[in-house]
Amino acid sequence: MLIPGIIKILKKTVSMKIHIPNSAFLGNIDPFLKGFNPSKPNELKITANKKWSSIHPVVLAMIAALGVKTKPSNIECEKLEAKSKHYLERMGLFKLLGIKSDIKITEHESSGRFIPLTQIKDSTELTEFLKELTPLLHLDAKHAETLRYIVSELVRNVLEHAVSKYGAIVCAQYYSKSNVVRVGIADTGIGIWKSINVSYDPKTDLDAIQLALTPGITGTTRREGGTEFNAGAGLFFIKSIATVNRDFFMIYSGKGMYKLLKRRGEKIKLHADPFKDRHSKRDDIPTWEGTVVGIDISLDTTQQFSTLLDLINQTYTEALKERKKERYKKPNFI
Amino acid sequence: MIQIKLFKKVGSFAENKDIARDIRLKKIIPALDKNQKVILDFEKIDAATQSFIHALISDLIRKYGNEVLDKISFKSCNETVKKIITIVIDYMQESN
Repeated sequence: MLIPGIIKILKKTVSMKIHIPNSAFLGNIDPFLKGFNPSKPNELKITANKKWSSIHPVVLAMIAALGVKTKPSNIECEKLEAKSKHYLERMGLFKLLGIKSDIKITEHESSGRFIPLTQIKDSTELTEFLKELTPLLHLDAKHAETLRYIVSELVRNVLEHAVSKYGAIVCAQYYSKSNVVRVGIADTGIGIWKSINVSYDPKTDLDAIQLALTPGITGTTRREGGTEFNAGAGLFFIKSIATVNRDFFMIYSGKGMYKLLKRRGEKIKLHADPFKDRHSKRDDIPTWEGTVVGIDISLDTTQQFSTLLDLINQTYTEALKERKKERYKKPNFI
Repeated sequence: MIQIKLFKKVGSFAENKDIARDIRLKKIIPALDKNQKVILDFEKIDAATQSFIHALISDLIRKYGNEVLDKISFKSCNETVKKIITIVIDYMQESN
C-alpha cells in the first residue's frame, strides 16, 4: 500500500526499484543486490519487507545515494509496516531524501551508537565528520583509530575519484550483540571501471575492482609510486585491515562485486592480489553507477593498528618488487 | 633549518591531503630549494593516513631523489605514525 499525502505517489510507472529485505548483511547481501533494479535513474521506488527488516548500513547508504540524486517528487516509498521502520527514520533516511514519513521516534540513550546517514561533498565536511565519528560511537582508542582511518580513506576516494556532485553517503551502526561496527559508503559517480580505465585497460568491472584493490595501482597513472597525490594504496590498506581482523569487506561497482570473506586459521597472510584472499565475486548483478563499499569492524578481533602496518609494508614492497621484476628486460640468448 | 608543527595545521588525526600538499608546496619545497633542512614535527598527532603522508612527502622523493631523506627529519612520531611514514618512504624508494 502506498501513502498519498505522506510520500508523493508518482502517476507514471516508477522503474528504479530497491527493496529493503528481511535481512541484508555483508554475509548474505547478494540477493538484495541482485534484486536492485537500476532502470529509469530519475525515479526511485522503495519497498520493504512487511514484517521485519534488519539491514547493514551499506543498504541504507545505497538507498540514500540513489535518493539524493532523485527529486523528492520522483521518490515513491511504500508505507512501511515492519516494526523496524523506526530504524530508517532514526538513521535519517527520509530526512536525507527530502520526503516525509509518518514515523515517530523517541530519542533515547542508544542514539549514541550510530552515525546517521550523512552526505559528504568536500574535504572540509569530511574533516568535520571525522571529528564527530568516534565520540558518537563511544569507541575506545584502538577501535576509533581503525574506524577513523577506514572512513577517511574511503570517503577521500569518493571525493577524488568518483566525480560526483553528490559526494559520498556514509552511515555506521554499532551492534552490541555481535560487538561489531558496520559501515556503509556509497556514491553515484563514475564507478571504478571508468576511474581505473584512465591508466589501465580493465575488460570488466570485476577486473577494475581487482586492480583497484591491488597495492600501487591507481587510475591516475601507470607509474609505480603513483602521482604526488595518489599512490593506489587506500583500498589495499582497507582490505588488509579487514583481512587481519577477520572482517567482511564488500566493494560493488558497475556489474562487479567483490566480497572479502572472513579469514580462517591463525596464520595471517596478506595478498597483493585480492583474488588470492578468501573471497566471493560476481559480475552478473544489476549495474550500480558509482561505487558502494561495506565493511564490518569486529571489535573483539581488532588488532593493534601498528601490528597490521608491519604486514602491509611487507606485502606492499613485495608486490612492487614483483611488478618491477616483470618489467625487467630479459637477456637475448641466441 | 625549518621546523613545521603539523598539529597546528591538521589536528590530532592527519588525514587532510589538501593540507598536506599545501605544506609540501608552500613550506617544505621552498626550504629544500634554499638548501635548508626540514623537521616535520608530529607532536600531539595520534594518527596519520597513508594518503596524508604520501601527499606530504612522496613527491619530494621523486623530485629530489632518495637523498632528500637526509634533509628531512620526522620528530615526535608515535609508533603508528612512524610505520606509516616508513611504508611510504619504502614504496617510493622501491618505485624510483
